[in-house]
Amino acid sequence: MHKKEEFLFAIKRVFPIVMGYLPVGFALGVMAADAGLSPIQMGLMSLFVYAGSAQFIAVDMLGSGISAIPIIITTFLVNLRHFLFSASLAPYFREIKQSLIPLISFFITDETFAVSITDAEQRPLSHIYYFSLYITAYSCWVLSTIIGTTLGNLIPDTKALGFDFALPGMFLALLCMQFKNARFILIALISGLLSIFFIHIIPGNWNVILATVIAAAIGVLIDEN
Amino acid sequence: MKIDLNYICLVLGMGFVTYLSRMLPATLLSKQEIPKVFVKFLNFVPAAVLSALLFPGVLMTENKLNIGFSNPLLIAAVLTFPLAYKTKNMFATVLLGMGIVILYNYFI
Repeated sequence: MHKKEEFLFAIKRVFPIVMGYLPVGFALGVMAADAGLSPIQMGLMSLFVYAGSAQFIAVDMLGSGISAIPIIITTFLVNLRHFLFSASLAPYFREIKQSLIPLISFFITDETFAVSITDAEQRPLSHIYYFSLYITAYSCWVLSTIIGTTLGNLIPDTKALGFDFALPGMFLALLCMQFKNARFILIALISGLLSIFFIHIIPGNWNVILATVIAAAIGVLIDEN
Repeated sequence: MKIDLNYICLVLGMGFVTYLSRMLPATLLSKQEIPKVFVKFLNFVPAAVLSALLFPGVLMTENKLNIGFSNPLLIAAVLTFPLAYKTKNMFATVLLGMGIVILYNYFI
């Protein structure tokens, strides 16, 4: 693909992520304002951390007056799942300039991982694709959290507008692209049910990482060759 | 709350620990051969992750299981599934699903 084509492709693919990030970032900003954070403080956190669920938890902990070390440890644990995303993207990152990998991998989130791994499986991608997709999503996240903190409770009712479905809808379509044979459907089903199960028994976002590791390991075991 | 050094240290610390798990595997594994069994494992990771994110997203409302007509996200997911499965079109799936949620919230 030409550079321009690859850029346009990335912009097309980032659309559902943007639809999902705007209301969620907004909501986080509103919560941060309630917890006493300024827009600049919120913006700094989004710039450096860029991880939705960890930021929600951190804002909540800050609001309860919890100190830095427990917040940093919690952030580390909640974000450990990125380890799996990063490892899965590694084979595809061989096609891009090696010196750019430490920079590009900063932008790996649940959503950007899901979209880019799907695209990387289909076609060779260069750093143009990754930068276009990742930086667009990143900017939307940072800006929406700042705007949310600034406007506080003036937010429109994003629920009524269906934004709630943006990220689940994206995950659903991406999941369907993963159904290469019956084995993948079975693994997805196992992982989804395990995820719900773990939410009920272990607090703190462990469900995604535990369900994924167990389900993917079962996938290896039932793989014939 | 003003921007003090403590706050800067906090967000830098949070950013650093998050960056480690994003950067290390990609940087280290892209340079060397990955064991075959691990490659097989990684093959299943996207499907497993997506499902692990999707199921709680559509089957639960505010941390409680919510399976039934009172859950617009579940209805949207069930109704858009054939489209997603057939077309694999992310854009169309998201828009149709959002449309269904809007209609649901308007009428119900």
